[in-house]
Amino acid sequence: MNPFTSHTGLVAPLDRVNVDTDQIIPKQFLKRIERTGFGQFLFNDWRFEPDGQPNPGFELNDDRYRAASILLTGRNFGCGSSREHAVWALHDYGIRVILAPSFADIFYANSLGNGLLPVSLPEDQIRELLHRTERQSGYRLTVDLEQQSVSDDHGFHTRFEIDPFHRYRLLNGLDDIGLTLQHEDAIAEYERQTAEAMP
Amino acid sequence: MSPKTMLDKVWDRHVVHQAPGEPAILYIDMHFVHEVTSAQAFDGLRLHGRRVRRPDRTVATMDHNVPTWERSRPSTDAIAVKQMEALARNCDEFGVTLYDLHSPRQGIVHIIGPELGLTQPGMTIVCGDSHTSTHGAFGSLAFGIGTSEVEHVLATQCLRQMKPKSMEVRVEGSLPHGITAKDLILSIIGRIGVDGATGFVIEYAGEAVRALSMEGRMTVCNMSIEAGARAGMVAPDETTFGYVEGRPHAPKGEAFARAVEDWRSLPSDPGARFDRVERLEANDLAPHVTWGTNPGMVAPVSGRVPDPGDMPSEHEKRAAQRALEYMALSPGTAIQDIGVDRVFIGSCTNARIEDLRAAAQVVQGRRVHPHVYAMVVPGSMAVKRQAELEGLDRIFRDAGFDWREAGCSMCLGMNPDVLQPGERCASTSNRNFEGRQGKLGRTHLVSPPMAAAAAVMGHFVDIRDWSDQP
Repeated sequence: MNPFTSHTGLVAPLDRVNVDTDQIIPKQFLKRIERTGFGQFLFNDWRFEPDGQPNPGFELNDDRYRAASILLTGRNFGCGSSREHAVWALHDYGIRVILAPSFADIFYANSLGNGLLPVSLPEDQIRELLHRTERQSGYRLTVDLEQQSVSDDHGFHTRFEIDPFHRYRLLNGLDDIGLTLQHEDAIAEYERQTAEAMP
Repeated sequence: MSPKTMLDKVWDRHVVHQAPGEPAILYIDMHFVHEVTSAQAFDGLRLHGRRVRRPDRTVATMDHNVPTWERSRPSTDAIAVKQMEALARNCDEFGVTLYDLHSPRQGIVHIIGPELGLTQPGMTIVCGDSHTSTHGAFGSLAFGIGTSEVEHVLATQCLRQMKPKSMEVRVEGSLPHGITAKDLILSIIGRIGVDGATGFVIEYAGEAVRALSMEGRMTVCNMSIEAGARAGMVAPDETTFGYVEGRPHAPKGEAFARAVEDWRSLPSDPGARFDRVERLEANDLAPHVTWGTNPGMVAPVSGRVPDPGDMPSEHEKRAAQRALEYMALSPGTAIQDIGVDRVFIGSCTNARIEDLRAAAQVVQGRRVHPHVYAMVVPGSMAVKRQAELEGLDRIFRDAGFDWREAGCSMCLGMNPDVLQPGERCASTSNRNFEGRQGKLGRTHLVSPPMAAAAAVMGHFVDIRDWSDQP
């Protein structure tokens, strides 16, 4: 996993609540056995008309937001199916940060494991950022994981919370499995003890 | 010692390592694997030269994209076949037991686990599927994980986890005649919302929960994720022990007695503190039908499609407007005036033998409405055999239902069983998201008896008024 320290990018609004992973990547695209190439299918049923043409009403098809790398959205983002393909699709499309009032648990964990930073901000701050995105074309934000801050060039600045362990892992791009395997002795000891207790 | 919740007890037993301020390293007793979320995880193992640490605690099946037509007829989906072949190859290479398409034990992963006795009280259970919460019905801590975590469990038999908060949902009274576990969980989700339990593990308790069969408890725990919960749990009791005993992987004889003794210590201690408590009355519960595009958008069958203008917040109003537009419904429409084109009885929520019995009782001696195409997809090959033994397949076939082989089928439509654009379906599954059962398909979630009655009448009806005589 590549380290995530700080990211500055164009912001796209997706002002909807409860965006589920079936919308992020519909099931017909889950049959690939690789981790790559899912970006083309991101939000497929919202992004494209039934005839395959881009849906002009969908936010990410708006010329202003085509190059966005930060997604600004409503609460409970990523609910539903555990499919990590949703995170792979967002990342492959070019999204690096998602700002929302809240995230579904499995989606949140999947994001962290792939260097996609989910940032929870209070509802009123998300509202404020949506207003700013709407008012200023080319609106950009800087999300700094080291400082745990979100800021723009026009006076917006806030801090966000993230679990220190997750932060450390992302900053250093560490492999989770490698970290756990450092505790091999403890795992083996646990297995020995439980085997004795319940033969 | 302060009183503990069942979550505390199961959690504490599985902590391998806990550094202050870090997620615990939690040991996983049982890891279920299926074809859609595992290929990339096995690839990761190969890439790093790692093995599956505990193949004896890893069990795989094929369910998500398998066709439900006769097994002799091959899948016509080349990419799905590739995915199934990859699973077979991976299981072979890494020494994992696989119940493939031709195994008599094949079925939906959350149905075969309990059926085979692999799911037991007090265990930690994971699977790369959000409906893993099903297994919590046994008093295990069971939750869905992503593919990176699947790889982590394959390699280490552990997961890094922050301890979730605890919520008790206490349901007093008893479910009235015709009201099922499905109606109960739909009403709970409608009440607390689709993110009402995010970050929590729900323990379902109270008289109405105690009275549920294991099948009913599994239905309730299955849909915990639809309220955002990490997992759902029900304390193990005689109903649980009776279900587990004698199953292929359950402890036998003396070992079973010892296991039961241990399992009796799992329920939450009297006075245990939960981070949140919700209380419900079962006595006045009605059959429930979803009208929108998430499981929290639900109404009693005697009710009407709500007016988005009545929603408490701007967000909910817009979400409801969007949902009604997608569902092609007008505010104020009586739920019972909503007609259906398709009926799907199946899924890890409602395709166990008890579900099929309940649906069969409704359709016995009746015919599927001429405008409706209805299908029954048993949750496992074992459920299918049992149903055929009891003659349920005949009842369904005689009524005009299609009787299929086991799989996830139209719950998520990864196989050929999908809705056509605009089709409206009464479904016993768990998600009514946009496009879930097929692009532009419209899903209404209901219980098996409600789905069966809708198949006969061509629209939703109140199952409480259903006559046993056709």
